[in-house]
Amino acid sequence: MNEQLQLDFDKIIKTLKISEKEIQLKKSFLKKFIENGFPNRKQEDWKFLDISQIIKKNIGELSFFNDYSLPNKIDPSIFVDGLEHNKIIFINGRIEKIDFNYEDRNQIEINDEIGKNITFDYENSLIDLNNAFTNKVYKILIKKNYSLKKPLIIYHSTNNKIKSKNVNLSLNFELEENSCLRLIDYFSDNTDKNFVNILYNFNLKKYSILKNYKLDKFRNNNLKYSFNNIEQDDNSISETFILSAGSDYFKNEVNCNLNGEYSSAFINGIFSLKENQQHEIRSTINHLVENTKSYQLIKSVLGKNSKSAYQGRIFVDSKAQKTDGYQLSKAILLDETSEFNAKPELEIYADDVKCSHGSASGSLNENSIFYLMSRGLNYQQSKELLINGFLLDVVEKITDPEIRNLVKNIIGLKE
Amino acid sequence: MDTREKDIEKLKDYKYGFTTDIENIKAPKGLNEDIIRFISNIKKEPQWMLDFRLKAYERLKLLKEPNWQKPKYPKIDYQDLYYYSAPKSMNDKPKSLDELDPKLLETYKKLGIPLQEQARLNGIAVDAVFDSVSVATTFKGELTKHGIIFCSMSEAIKKYPELVKKYLGTVIPVTDHFFATLNSAVFTDGSFVYIPEGVKCPMELSTYFRINASQTGQFERTLIIADKGSYVSYLEGCTAPMRDENQLHAANVELIALDDAEIKYSTVQNWYPGDENGKGGIYNFVTKRGLCKGKNSKISWTQVETGSAITWKYPSCILKGDNSIGEFYSIAITNNHQKADTGTKMIHLGKNTKSKIISKGISAGFSDMTYRGLVDINSKAKNSSNYTQCDSLLMGNKCGAHTVPYIKNKNFDSNIAHEATTSKISEEQLHYCQQRGLNPEEAVGLIVNGFCKEVLQQLPMEFAVEAQKLVGISLEGSVG
Repeated sequence: MNEQLQLDFDKIIKTLKISEKEIQLKKSFLKKFIENGFPNRKQEDWKFLDISQIIKKNIGELSFFNDYSLPNKIDPSIFVDGLEHNKIIFINGRIEKIDFNYEDRNQIEINDEIGKNITFDYENSLIDLNNAFTNKVYKILIKKNYSLKKPLIIYHSTNNKIKSKNVNLSLNFELEENSCLRLIDYFSDNTDKNFVNILYNFNLKKYSILKNYKLDKFRNNNLKYSFNNIEQDDNSISETFILSAGSDYFKNEVNCNLNGEYSSAFINGIFSLKENQQHEIRSTINHLVENTKSYQLIKSVLGKNSKSAYQGRIFVDSKAQKTDGYQLSKAILLDETSEFNAKPELEIYADDVKCSHGSASGSLNENSIFYLMSRGLNYQQSKELLINGFLLDVVEKITDPEIRNLVKNIIGLKE
Repeated sequence: MDTREKDIEKLKDYKYGFTTDIENIKAPKGLNEDIIRFISNIKKEPQWMLDFRLKAYERLKLLKEPNWQKPKYPKIDYQDLYYYSAPKSMNDKPKSLDELDPKLLETYKKLGIPLQEQARLNGIAVDAVFDSVSVATTFKGELTKHGIIFCSMSEAIKKYPELVKKYLGTVIPVTDHFFATLNSAVFTDGSFVYIPEGVKCPMELSTYFRINASQTGQFERTLIIADKGSYVSYLEGCTAPMRDENQLHAANVELIALDDAEIKYSTVQNWYPGDENGKGGIYNFVTKRGLCKGKNSKISWTQVETGSAITWKYPSCILKGDNSIGEFYSIAITNNHQKADTGTKMIHLGKNTKSKIISKGISAGFSDMTYRGLVDINSKAKNSSNYTQCDSLLMGNKCGAHTVPYIKNKNFDSNIAHEATTSKISEEQLHYCQQRGLNPEEAVGLIVNGFCKEVLQQLPMEFAVEAQKLVGISLEGSVG
């Protein structure tokens, strides 16, 4: 694979118009990735689902070359109906269109940040891969006191023109004081067996609000990895909702640093999996100062041969007194072949805190099914009703009514 | 304060911190094949036992010391340890208690276990392990009447080789992890218990461990077999003298419960924790594992961990037999610079297996406490269930409390429930107690005892009192 990596990398460099310095930077990321390779189960964070094995099994050899100088055709049929929204369209590893038609353009700055890669302290070779191959890093800045009128939808799409087996996207958002962004990641895939690697960085200033909804609903054979890093200042709020249902493999990582007092982070997620799907959510909340709050609710419904994993970590620094941290994960196993893994982790160094986590997994309650059937529903209907109620609980946590309805429609949940 | 007074002061902190001047026989320092042959030879072991040890040693050469645990420690030089240290007078093993070295008996008195009296009064049979050699087993006659075998490991190897051969290393194989394998290679003594079919052991069996000599590692090995329909309750207590250097304690404990048998294993661990600056203390790296081999069998672990500089252990249950039950009750208290990484593993293999985990962690001072546990329900373990509760209590903001549970559910018929909370003693509770005339320390003691009640209840009567006191002593000076 390493030869292929090097070869494709050289090809990409030739098509890009970037400076020597940037090339060197990209090269250093590539070198780091080649040294470490794909993460595997020997690494604690990848214990439950081993991505290097899954790539080998589902895709085989990856290839990385795409000619980013040529545009892709936008297929309007993928757009979401019934909701006015701004768009970023991302096809085959290339951002085709950024459209903020509903907004005051003076309040939003979009910069092409070549050479300014997003880096973190932690070791993660997939971020290195992203930094080496990503075409363009955009920085989107929402100015002080501006709330976007309409939500922004990022369309993640692939079509048969794609040459590589891997696409990377990297975006950097900054929300200035008292601003607000509602962001939806919408996945629609028309190709098979690609590995999609997404990296977002959010910088939330005082009193700003970020709402990020990741909707992976349509069944496809792609593998996806998404990493969100969220830095939060005083009184800022972040809300992340993850619907993890479409791809063969999807791992969502959310790392949230609560750097400012009275900041809060909410992460809610749904796994709804069927044949051979393997999905994971890993959340890390770092409570670094006093009076911060976090809440996580993750629910899984697992069909035949599917597997879900939730790793949730709450870290409380010794300075972070009066922290409020809560975490709950629940799973329903529908089949003997389904599997649920969880690792809810608390790491606490301050004494005046309220932290708790809970995890429960099991099958559907036979008594409840009996109750419903005795009232005239058949077995299938009773089951569906119970699952409906189980998942609705998470969807109700979405604070934005417009988007809550959209998500309900997408999943097909009834009230 | 002159030195004498200082010494007395020191002793108050850790009341088991005396050393006994008894001449020791030591094997030369270091770990190699010759040392293993030496240990085996001095204990007059049969060839198969030596082979067992050498096999473990071969394996050990390939293994690396694990490094994933939370409390890190300076590298241990395994060549700089004595692997065998025995009180000299043990060379001609005494036939009865009266023949024991009076100084040894004195030691046990200081420990609070005067063998003769206490054993007779309480009806507890005690096997005391001093450094590495089992000193005496009380109450033999009574036990023999029921056909119960309770003796030192080395005696069992000689007298009951068939039993030892059949079960030793079946729960913790020689090819297990680094410390377990090290123990398999160099273990010196420990307790052996066999409860025959249908016998309910009429008294609590008990072992006391003590590390006396400096620079020794203590590697004891305990094997408990409960045959069909039998019951046994086993207690274990540990102490060590105060020394500036860190001492290693790497024991292996294997429990085997056959059909309808029940084993209750309780530990009160109070190894020397080091002084208030974190100097010295025992590294307690113990492998404890129970196998519920038969149907309807039950293994229950109860532990009160207050000592050791570093505690690193996970008493586990392998629930192989259908309808078997595993339980784990734990109180772990860390103060000053102590560190603990402890918890359990419940591996469900049989149908209708149940497990319950109650873990209470208390950290104070500069200490660090981690609960790490695994609940693994296999795809064949239909209709199994687990309940886990782990609560942590923090005192002060220099200490840490962590929870790292691993939950794996591969069976749709089974239920797993896990809860964890972390909190501190509220001002209100303290105020209430103080209002009613308790001083702050007593108030904390009372509240902590209430916090631990669920676990303390599981201990046998005699131990429960000791454990309750120990909880109080361990937290002294952590408030205010």
